[in-house]
Amino acid sequence: EETLLWLRGCGPRDMVEKGTTLLKRMEISVAEAEKRTGKNAVSMQETYTVYLIETRAVDAASEGANPAPDSLWRRYSEFELLRNYLLVTYPFVVVPPLPEKRAEFVWHKLSADNMDPDFVERRRVGLENFLLRVASHPVLSNDNIFYSFLTQEQSWKEVVFETGFQAKADSRLKALNATFRVKNPDKRFAEMKHYGDELQSVISQLLRVRARVADRLYGVYKVHGNYGRVFSEWSAIEKEMGDGLQSAGHHMDAYAASVDDILEEEEHYADQLKEYLFYTEALRAVCRKHELCQFELEMAAQDLTSKKQQREELATGTVRTFSLKGMTSKLFGQETPEQREAKLKTLETQIEDGEEMVKEKNAECEEFVKNAWVDIERFKEQKDRDLKEALISYAIMQISMCKKGIQVWSNAKECFSKM
Amino acid sequence: MMSGTVVDSSSPTAAAPDDISGSVLELDEDEDLEVFSKDTNFMDGSSLNTSMQTSPGSMVNQYKFEEEEEQSDTKDIFVTVDNPESHVTAIETFITYRVLTKTTRSEFDSSEYEVRRRYQDFFWLKCKLEEAHPTLIVPPLPEKFVMKGMVERFNNDFIETRKKALHKFLNRIADHPILSCSEDFKVFLTAQAWELASHKKQGPGFLSRMGDTVRAVAATVRGVRNRPEEFNAIQDYVEAFSQKMTSMDKITQRIIKEQKEYLEEMKECGPIYTLWSGSEEELVEPLKMMASCLDRCCRDSEEHTQYLSSNLLPILHEYVLSTETLKAVLRRRDNIQAEFEAKNEALATKKTDSEALKEEIDKLEDKLEWANNTLKGDWSRWQKSMRSDLKAAFTYTAEKNMEYYEKCLAVWESFLLSQRTEASEGGDRDES
Repeated sequence: EETLLWLRGCGPRDMVEKGTTLLKRMEISVAEAEKRTGKNAVSMQETYTVYLIETRAVDAASEGANPAPDSLWRRYSEFELLRNYLLVTYPFVVVPPLPEKRAEFVWHKLSADNMDPDFVERRRVGLENFLLRVASHPVLSNDNIFYSFLTQEQSWKEVVFETGFQAKADSRLKALNATFRVKNPDKRFAEMKHYGDELQSVISQLLRVRARVADRLYGVYKVHGNYGRVFSEWSAIEKEMGDGLQSAGHHMDAYAASVDDILEEEEHYADQLKEYLFYTEALRAVCRKHELCQFELEMAAQDLTSKKQQREELATGTVRTFSLKGMTSKLFGQETPEQREAKLKTLETQIEDGEEMVKEKNAECEEFVKNAWVDIERFKEQKDRDLKEALISYAIMQISMCKKGIQVWSNAKECFSKM
Repeated sequence: MMSGTVVDSSSPTAAAPDDISGSVLELDEDEDLEVFSKDTNFMDGSSLNTSMQTSPGSMVNQYKFEEEEEQSDTKDIFVTVDNPESHVTAIETFITYRVLTKTTRSEFDSSEYEVRRRYQDFFWLKCKLEEAHPTLIVPPLPEKFVMKGMVERFNNDFIETRKKALHKFLNRIADHPILSCSEDFKVFLTAQAWELASHKKQGPGFLSRMGDTVRAVAATVRGVRNRPEEFNAIQDYVEAFSQKMTSMDKITQRIIKEQKEYLEEMKECGPIYTLWSGSEEELVEPLKMMASCLDRCCRDSEEHTQYLSSNLLPILHEYVLSTETLKAVLRRRDNIQAEFEAKNEALATKKTDSEALKEEIDKLEDKLEWANNTLKGDWSRWQKSMRSDLKAAFTYTAEKNMEYYEKCLAVWESFLLSQRTEASEGGDRDES
């Protein structure tokens, strides 16, 4: 199980020290996207998109030989399969998210259609980003299934299913959705879960507002196109002003057209925010897993305590706590000494097993907390870096937009002054 | 008359009227905004203000305007309209505006005057000027009636806009070489309320005006036979120009509306970043800075939209209104010609009374020539004004747009600077 994986020596500490994340040895990219049609599982015709994954050993490139990369095609559902496998196999890792399945937080001029070329392109970038994140993760990058995903064209799916992760996936899902109360959760995880919720809320709000702002900005720019049309018509009836109006009109058209590029760039900022929106889910899952571990430990401990209590009661013959068994034995008479002896013996075994169980669960919990917290710290640093970068790139984008605006209006002003 | 509260004319919240329905990008020349009052003035030129009656010949000379006429050097009269006040009586509520005049002209007894006038008075002035100079282009007045969709008649922005338009109106008259010499104009600027009221009662009586109206209607019905080509050209131009100006007006209103809606949405961004900063540690500073930058950009956007509302839009609107005046002037000129043509035809058919008729025809011929020349002269003047006004307005608008983008640019550059400074100050801090 999980313990086995850890014993294999794939602990995060080792990898970081060795510095052998896959990305250091291999170039990875999602180079292209293509439409395919084929028959699906129920023999129905469907259209879907496949993505070309290209890989090349880093050494080869640096030698200047520049060999052709290895490549294979994968569809989105295969990426999903890979991710599910990683989620189940490394529950202590905040697993990088995939780009969204369907276009959300869309502003109305942008298509919500999955086949739309802009959406496909943005998804291609998102998938590449996902692979790069996994390949640079100290734990995940060493996974064999991940390596096969990148390199093994045939039968990859079979290999994944052979790991038997599917069964774990179901129980994991159940556990994530179950409600239970933990008596002594690690405070840090509780705080982290709360942070994840806050981040999710705030980013969702931002994305919603951003979509509305994009809509409005589009309107402002496009209406100026009407100036272009009217100036052009008007120039026909003027003598002195004609030329000035005509050329100013062209600049108004250019201004109106410039918004398309501006909003496309802004979409990239939205994608960066979305990645972290989806990351919050992974963060929450790790916190939940901790709770589950802790809960199981607490259950085991509780069970042990109750068994010990039963033993004591049986040994001393006193019924300290009210129990149905106690009552019935009172009502229907005591057991024979032989029966009591047998019972005691069973209990002793159970207690022994219980103590083992508690020890195990305790070790599990501690191990989980240790590893998960390492990854959470890593995630925090990455998050701070990435989001700061995102804010900076937003500012750069705004600056570019302003410069374009200044240029256009400066041109228009020159035309007006010649009127 | 009780003087009511002083209206605050500096409210920042402008409410652009609801206008265009339909798709975002298409602005058809629809009837959506046909709300301005059409100045259907049927007065023709026969009721000349007696003080202006001189021989047509000398009149023609007066109307040969210099091409390079500069108003500012020779400007000797300054008029301002401000300080709107509302007045409540038993019958009605209305607004008066203060009209301040400073002048060195000899016709004026004093060099400074302060009077209060209401819209009715401005309207009276306009009518009198048109009466006296049927083929001069009298500046447009702001609309008589309230615009569609505005609930309260005396809403602050409405008053502010009207006040500015009235100011423009009087200044254009003051700049006009002929109109500014009008006696009615002088009375308007200088007379106390009761003096103005009594002056209004003078002039051609009701019956005489009725007669003019009847003749004007008859002339219109008759129509003009041989309109000179140049006036046809002017007519065509005015038609087309009117359409273009109406479009420009609508488009500008739409831009203002879209910008306001953009601003409303943008205003929500800053607070979200501030809220976010509450959950973060390392990111607190950049997030707060983002919020501050977005707020500053919002303010810049608001200022820009305010400029469009209070500067560009009024001038476009004024030119929309002035095309109505132009059409009326052309009509009046046509009527004069029609009357002349009719009398000519009558002469051809009649044998008796030909002497009196001939004299009338001569007078009408002179009148027509005079009307044509004054119109031509004022038309050239109007065109120059229009070109100069619109060129200035568009140029300034372009400058304002540049200013807006330059301000935003500075805001975002300050953001980058703050992040770089933070980075260099923070150095390499290990978080382990």
